[in-house]
Amino acid sequence: MKPKFLIGFGMILAAVLFLIFSSTRASSERFMTVDEMLAEGPAIVGDSIRITGAVIGDTIQYDPATLTLMFEVAHAPADFQEIEDQGGLAKVLYDAVHDPTRNRVKIIYIGVKPDLLRTEAQAIMAGTLDENGVFHATELLLKCPTRYQEALPEN
Amino acid sequence: MLAEFGYGVLVVSFLVTVYSGVAAFFGVRKNSASLIESARRAQLLTFPLITVSSFVLIYLLVNNHFEVSFAYEVTSRSMPTYLKITAWWGGQAGSLLFWSWLLAAFTSLVTLRKWDRDIEFLPWVIVVSAITLAFFLFMIIFHENPFTRYWLVAGNVVESMFKPTAEAVIFMPENGRGLNPLLRHPGMIIHPPMLYLGFVSYVIPYSFAIAALITGRTDDRWTRITRRWSLWAWLFLSFGLVLGGRWAYDVLGWGGYWGWDPVEIAAFMPWLTGTAFLHSVMIQEKRGMLKQWNMVLIILTYALVIFGTFLTRSGVLSSVHSFANSPIGPYFMGFVSFTLIASVYLLIRRWNDLRSETEMKSMLSREALFLLNNLLFIGILVVCFWGVIYPLISELATGFKVTVGPPYYERAAGPLFAGLLFLMAVAPFSAWGHSTLQTLGKALWKSTLASFVLTVILFFTYTQNLYAIIGFFLVALAIFSTLHEFWRGAIARQKTQNENFFTALSNLMMRNRRRYGGYIIHISMALMAIGILGIELFQKETQGTVAAGEALNVGNYTVEYRELASWDVPSDDVNYTRAVLDIYENGIYLGQLYPRIDYFYDAEQTMTIPGQRSTFRDDLYILLVDWQPASNTGATFKIYVNPLVNWLWIGSLLFLFGIIFAAWPDKELEAVKVKHSAQQTSAAD
Repeated sequence: MKPKFLIGFGMILAAVLFLIFSSTRASSERFMTVDEMLAEGPAIVGDSIRITGAVIGDTIQYDPATLTLMFEVAHAPADFQEIEDQGGLAKVLYDAVHDPTRNRVKIIYIGVKPDLLRTEAQAIMAGTLDENGVFHATELLLKCPTRYQEALPEN
Repeated sequence: MLAEFGYGVLVVSFLVTVYSGVAAFFGVRKNSASLIESARRAQLLTFPLITVSSFVLIYLLVNNHFEVSFAYEVTSRSMPTYLKITAWWGGQAGSLLFWSWLLAAFTSLVTLRKWDRDIEFLPWVIVVSAITLAFFLFMIIFHENPFTRYWLVAGNVVESMFKPTAEAVIFMPENGRGLNPLLRHPGMIIHPPMLYLGFVSYVIPYSFAIAALITGRTDDRWTRITRRWSLWAWLFLSFGLVLGGRWAYDVLGWGGYWGWDPVEIAAFMPWLTGTAFLHSVMIQEKRGMLKQWNMVLIILTYALVIFGTFLTRSGVLSSVHSFANSPIGPYFMGFVSFTLIASVYLLIRRWNDLRSETEMKSMLSREALFLLNNLLFIGILVVCFWGVIYPLISELATGFKVTVGPPYYERAAGPLFAGLLFLMAVAPFSAWGHSTLQTLGKALWKSTLASFVLTVILFFTYTQNLYAIIGFFLVALAIFSTLHEFWRGAIARQKTQNENFFTALSNLMMRNRRRYGGYIIHISMALMAIGILGIELFQKETQGTVAAGEALNVGNYTVEYRELASWDVPSDDVNYTRAVLDIYENGIYLGQLYPRIDYFYDAEQTMTIPGQRSTFRDDLYILLVDWQPASNTGATFKIYVNPLVNWLWIGSLLFLFGIIFAAWPDKELEAVKVKHSAQQTSAAD
């Protein structure tokens, strides 16, 4: 192949790599569990992060006038293998919600209350932790394993 | 009894599949035509077998056999029959069966073709598809069996295929859990099968590619045989993606259509390589170049199809989409690695046979621009792949899990998409072999000028946003230059063939279906880009709680709350809450919208259905967020104005039309071929 092609393709490659790395740098967020976030202490306050936890149903409050949604999540493991070892996602989330000794974090989210928000849902939230230990979520994703996955029927 | 029968048939089809692969392999080795014929017949047997097994599963689903775990998981008594049938692909085990059924069907279709000159490909096509099918059947039989049942053993419920202990009795739950209400939408019912049709269709060109590598018949025969397969595969995959977007827009209620979710990306990645493949295959057919590259692309597409099936069905990456979760991941990863390594090994062995017949000379020649287009698609693929695996990589490297969100994808892929739009405008005007800036400029200056004028008008009347201006300019350039190309061809034909303009245009298009179908697709892509620019850059939103008679304003719209009603429909097991809104634009009454919230009792889940009003200029998209049932203090709404988004759907429809136009069987050509081969036979006589 002629050198001018190699130079041309090299430039495109460099441009793609530049786009990828600069964009990764600009928009990457650390992903952590409640325990991992609390272990970071004040160092993490204000950083854009993404956390996961189990939704505690009794704590859900919604003010439709201001679209302010408040609830608490309990620490639950996020590692796939760890979840499997502890009996699957449904069980892990159940344990997290029913164990009063687990660390909990209060979440504030402004927006429409998601259809899937309920107790023992797995929540993934992007946002920042403030100095009072409240997590301000800008994005809220939910997964409800209990009803749709491999839980056995009750006798 | 039935469940055992369905499972038994599945085991038999697995054995038959393994036999067909092994027989085909040894048939070639021992040069035995009868063994290959036996393999072919065994392959043809897999389709009826898997069909029987699927019918059994559907029968169990339709007839409330909740003792069968899959029926319990995806159906419930209140579901209508058609939803119980489509529940076949509503869960992991069933959708793997569906996948296998499609693959058996497609392979059988291929096996039944007239092989004539291509008979050497046949055994290897059978081997490759048999390996794929055997893997999927293996997964179903040993890990994701839809026929397992519930048993009562000493008061506990146990899941097992066969009677676990002598005293065990079948346990029949009162009712099933039912299909997730979010999935009970027409778009979502046909979205998975469309994606799967696309996924599975790509196995066929891949099998032929591998057959070509093994037999050493490395000319473009394999791409010609599978040309239509790759087009249909691309059609289904594209249609599946579009439906998914439309479903998200209608059902998920966040006012968007695409969230750069890992599962969406998993379906998007094979589309990227498939699209690159569609383009570069043309270079191979016209110029005898890029043969190695085409192999790389089809191998990648196949790997991404398997990877995609695994990602959409395993929940390995945290994702709101993962309705299915199971430990089958390692098997899928193992299978992907195995096929990748084997394919790459075969490719390297034939690397030198696949060298280009001609060398690329000019940077602006059509083949060079096609190659550039390929690089941009692969660039977007790398962006996507990096985004999906970045959490895993960073965890390995630093111990922290780090994720990237939609801003990453938009920022990194946006300029590459812009580059593709630009190429769409330029490439049709460049010549094969050699082009210069001068010839290109001569062909393009009119559309460039028209686009420039239009962009200036938009700048003064619509938007001063820099990204929007660049985007609209590129869109206009792509559309104008493609239309110009239609015009140019028709005029030329009009002169030489002495036809009127419209006859000339239609003849031109009918005789070059692939080319002009491709141009239609280019225009549709540009239209879709308008919609994407509109919703991404100009979306407006507001929210508020209002009492009856009060109004909310957003943009030029006024939304006045009239009333709200809530009622049960016992036959559907659903409660509907519906608000009635009067819509005004600049004070002029336009009509009413009815956003709703449906509550599904069996699944204990709500579903928010937006009220939508679509025009070419914008969509008004209103969600009912909450209401106060007792006091009549009011209801809360979230309102989006999504400018130009309708062009996304209009573009999608044109896009489908373009692919069907390009892929539709050519009657004339077939007739010519038949005549041609008839002559050959008579000559041989």
